[in-house]
Amino acid sequence: MQAGTIISAQDLDLYYGENQALKKITMDIPERQVTALIGPSGCGKSTFLKTLNRMNDLVPNVRIEGTITYRGQDIYMPKLDVTWLRRHVGMVFQKPNPFPMSIYDNIAYGPRTHGIRNKRQLDEIVERSLRGAAIWDEVSDRLKKPALSLSGGQQQRICIARALAVEPDVLLMDEATSALDPISTSKIEDLIAELKKQYTIVIVTHNMQQAVRISDRCAFFLLGQLVEFGETTQLFSTPKDKRTEEYITGRFG
Amino acid sequence: MKRIPKGEGQTGIAPKTKSIRAAFEKGMNVLFFLCGAVAVLFVLFISVYLIVSGIPAIREIGLADFLFGQVWKSTAKEPQFGILPFILTSVYGTAGAIVVGVPIGFLTAVYLSKAASPKIAAVIRTAVELLSGIPSVVYGLIGMTILVPAIRTAFGLSSGATLLAAIVVLAIMVLPYIISVSETALCAVPKEYEEGSLALGATEMETYFRVSVPAASSGIAAAVVLGVGRAIGEAMAVMMVAGNVANMPSLLESVRFLTTAVASEMSYSAGLQRQALFSIALVLFLFIMMINAVLAILLKKGKKS
Repeated sequence: MQAGTIISAQDLDLYYGENQALKKITMDIPERQVTALIGPSGCGKSTFLKTLNRMNDLVPNVRIEGTITYRGQDIYMPKLDVTWLRRHVGMVFQKPNPFPMSIYDNIAYGPRTHGIRNKRQLDEIVERSLRGAAIWDEVSDRLKKPALSLSGGQQQRICIARALAVEPDVLLMDEATSALDPISTSKIEDLIAELKKQYTIVIVTHNMQQAVRISDRCAFFLLGQLVEFGETTQLFSTPKDKRTEEYITGRFG
Repeated sequence: MKRIPKGEGQTGIAPKTKSIRAAFEKGMNVLFFLCGAVAVLFVLFISVYLIVSGIPAIREIGLADFLFGQVWKSTAKEPQFGILPFILTSVYGTAGAIVVGVPIGFLTAVYLSKAASPKIAAVIRTAVELLSGIPSVVYGLIGMTILVPAIRTAFGLSSGATLLAAIVVLAIMVLPYIISVSETALCAVPKEYEEGSLALGATEMETYFRVSVPAASSGIAAAVVLGVGRAIGEAMAVMMVAGNVANMPSLLESVRFLTTAVASEMSYSAGLQRQALFSIALVLFLFIMMINAVLAILLKKGKKS
């Protein structure tokens, strides 16, 4: 394991029933950097992302071999409290999924779940999280309005704010901008650049320009294998593997 | 003889076939419309009939005396037609069934839609479906032979045929409706909401009760209202277990419901008594209409969100 690694996967195999979706993935994710996972559809990048906070547990018949450690802690240890893990490794989904409740209640949901009841403390967390997700100015005067009344891009930033409210360490983003228009996308990309000062970010993206713009390191997945993992500038300028080169130059995928 | 080219012959026939088909289509359309109209006509007919035949007795007795009179003595020399005992019995009986049945039904629905393993869920679902298929006379029969004696012994009464027995039977009878309607509402909650909650470190139970249930609230409310409608309209089972005496309602007394008031006297009634029974049916009908209106509003609200 390299110094500055926050999450480390060792020989990770994942099966959906008989289907092997991930093959011997070994990867160290560096702290406070943006790591992008790229590759064609069905290559396993989203599956890999979901193993990092165990959202794959929700899929029936999923089987995992190998290890993943978060800050040295084996997260597939049988006794591990999954809620502890997910609190530290937060997630933003492809489709904005705010709860059907007010903006305020959306953001306060996580802290309330973890036992914070004090109104002043909650107000403070809500404001800080919304500012952190660069949406405070747009919604500060209508916190009691339903979150679903906002635009898609705003909803996604509400979801980011909601994730920030539980003070995570790592933020996983599963194609978090693919359902958004270009302006909303660029807002979220700016936000990611800001967030990486405090958080480790792992983002799955279909958009290679986006990977180049926002990520420090980039991993290329193909058919369940990690083909290449390195500095984003290096991976896009001088890829070591021929398959990476073919993919980034648009010859397949 | 001149040979007719193939193409011409075909085009000659085509328009005729089309017109037959068009007539058939139109005919089917009319048939469908008539079938649909049957339901509408019956509702209209029943409404009008009930209103026309229910109003004379209310006029004669007086609306206030009829609705708020506490004594029902339809066959006495000086008959009294106060239906407050029936109204209150129906209201209390229904409320009791809801208070008992809703928590059980609601928790069953949450369990079935979210927590149960598919095998266990299949068994429970089948049982619930069978429960809704049991005829009400069977509920009445079992209530009469098991529940009523049990209540008599438990409370040391002379008769166990009480409001309490009716409440228990009604609670069981409304269960399947509450379970299946709330389960449908809970299953319709988008998975994304639940994933969002779990990803924040909430447990599954926290997720069900703080995200899924609120998101399904209008459907669950509709389930409760449907249960109310079922309970208030039930006649046979409650007639068999509630003792059928026109008392003001009390948990451990024999009581008579709006439905059973009509059913028990209709066969030998005459004159004003008979007319008053129609008035009772009208009151019951209005209750049901109100409940259906609430149900329609709730379902509409659920669709919007």
